[in-house]
Parts: sequence; structure tokens; C-alpha cells
Amino acid sequence: MIAWQMSAGLALALFMLGLLGLLARRSLVFVMMSIEIMLNAAGLLFITAGMRWGNPDGQIMLILVLNLAGAELALGLILILRLRNRITNLDGDSVNLLRDVP
Amino acid sequence: MIIVFYAAAGLTLLTTAAAITRANPVHALLFFVLSLIGMGVIFFTMGAPFAAALEIIVYAGAIMVLFLFVVMMLSLDIAAKRRETGWMIHSVWIVPLVLVAGLGIELVRVFLGSSATGVERIVSPQEVGLRLFTTDLSAVELASILLLTGLIGAFHLGRKDR
Repeated sequence: MIAWQMSAGLALALFMLGLLGLLARRSLVFVMMSIEIMLNAAGLLFITAGMRWGNPDGQIMLILVLNLAGAELALGLILILRLRNRITNLDGDSVNLLRDVP
Repeated sequence: MIIVFYAAAGLTLLTTAAAITRANPVHALLFFVLSLIGMGVIFFTMGAPFAAALEIIVYAGAIMVLFLFVVMMLSLDIAAKRRETGWMIHSVWIVPLVLVAGLGIELVRVFLGSSATGVERIVSPQEVGLRLFTTDLSAVELASILLLTGLIGAFHLGRKDR
């Protein structure tokens, strides 16, 4: 019997690790990976909440989270591939302008 | 079952921490795949076998391999790794650690305020499918619209300039 606080605490720890990576890393690849870690932690919390009451809704929400992660990752990776032509070092701080600089 | 849960939880935490601190993106992604497999084991011990299978097949198997292909297409060389190591100085981590610790204290207070109860029962894949395709059918439609939007967006953005 696993207390639900244990897995909720694990989801919380994973979310904090993802947020830490999102704030501290500068490379866009690692920013995308940190977002995936945070989405994954949210999925674990959904499963925990579903299992707390023995309800299938948690797993249904996990399927939606997986969909969201897939769609978001495809668009984000395409944007990184396009940005690779402009900035060669993949630094998130260097794409802070909305127009081309001559 | 509880030993398996704690072992998988420790593995997941360790590999996630390793993933966000690597300088090489390919190593980080492989650590993250390990963390996802640990997450699948956690789902299984919590009585959600369908979610465990989905986590490993879809997340670790499909989404992360797509990520890995794109990272390999970026062709990051030894200079990129050195630049990455140069960005990871100690002072970069201080402010994020303080902010994240603040969030953690808030949330731990919320979780500790309620009584501890365990998992009630195992929810079978039949039950999930039955609920998904009867009462939650709109969620399936929403997911398909989301995937179609992602497909069109990726196709549009990935086209060559003319």
C-alpha cells in the first residue's frame, strides 16, 4: 500500500527539478527537456489523484498530457531547427528581438 | 510492491537530476529516457498498468526518440559542449534554487495538511477504454484536434523558404 502523499511528493520533486532546469539552463534543447520533465510530473500527479479514488479519469488525463507533450515537442523542435540557421550556439537569450537585425 | 515503488522513485529522481545537469544533450536525453522508464514502473506499482504501458511505448519510445533525432540533426560538436560547460557556472544555479525551494515549501505545506490513505484498487485498461470512448468522447476529439494542429504547424514551419 503506497500512501498517495509519497507519489504526490515525488511528482512535486520532479516538477521542482524541471523548473530548476528551465530557469538555470540557457541552451534551448535543455529548456525543451525541462518542459517535458514538468509535463511528466503533472502526469504523475494526475495518475496519483486518479488512483487515490480508484478512478480511471486519471489515466484518461495522462493520455491527454501525452498528446499535449507530443504536439508541443514537435512544434518546439521544428522552431529550434529553424533557429539553428540564425543562431549557431542555440542560446535562448540571443533571440530576444521580433525582427531581423541588419 | 512498496520496495519496487521506492527503488523506481529513487531511480527517477537521480536520473532526472542527472539529466538537467549534463553538458552533452544526448547523454541528458538518455538519462531522461531512463527516468521515463522508472516512471512507468511507478505507474505500474500504483495500479495503472495501461498508463505504464503508454508511458513507455509513447513517451520513452516515440517522443524521446523524435527528440534524440532532432538533437542529432543539430550536429552539436565539441565546441558546443565546451560552450555548454561554460554556461553552467555555480552562480547560475543560486537564484533558481531559491525560487524552487520557495515553491517546494508552499506545496509541502499543502500536502501535509491531509490524512494519508493508500491506493484503493487496480484500474484495468478495459475500464479506461470504456470511460474514454463513452462519457469522455469529447476529450478524444479534443486530442485529435490538438494533434492535427501540431501536424499542420510543424508542416508549415518545417517547409523550405521560397
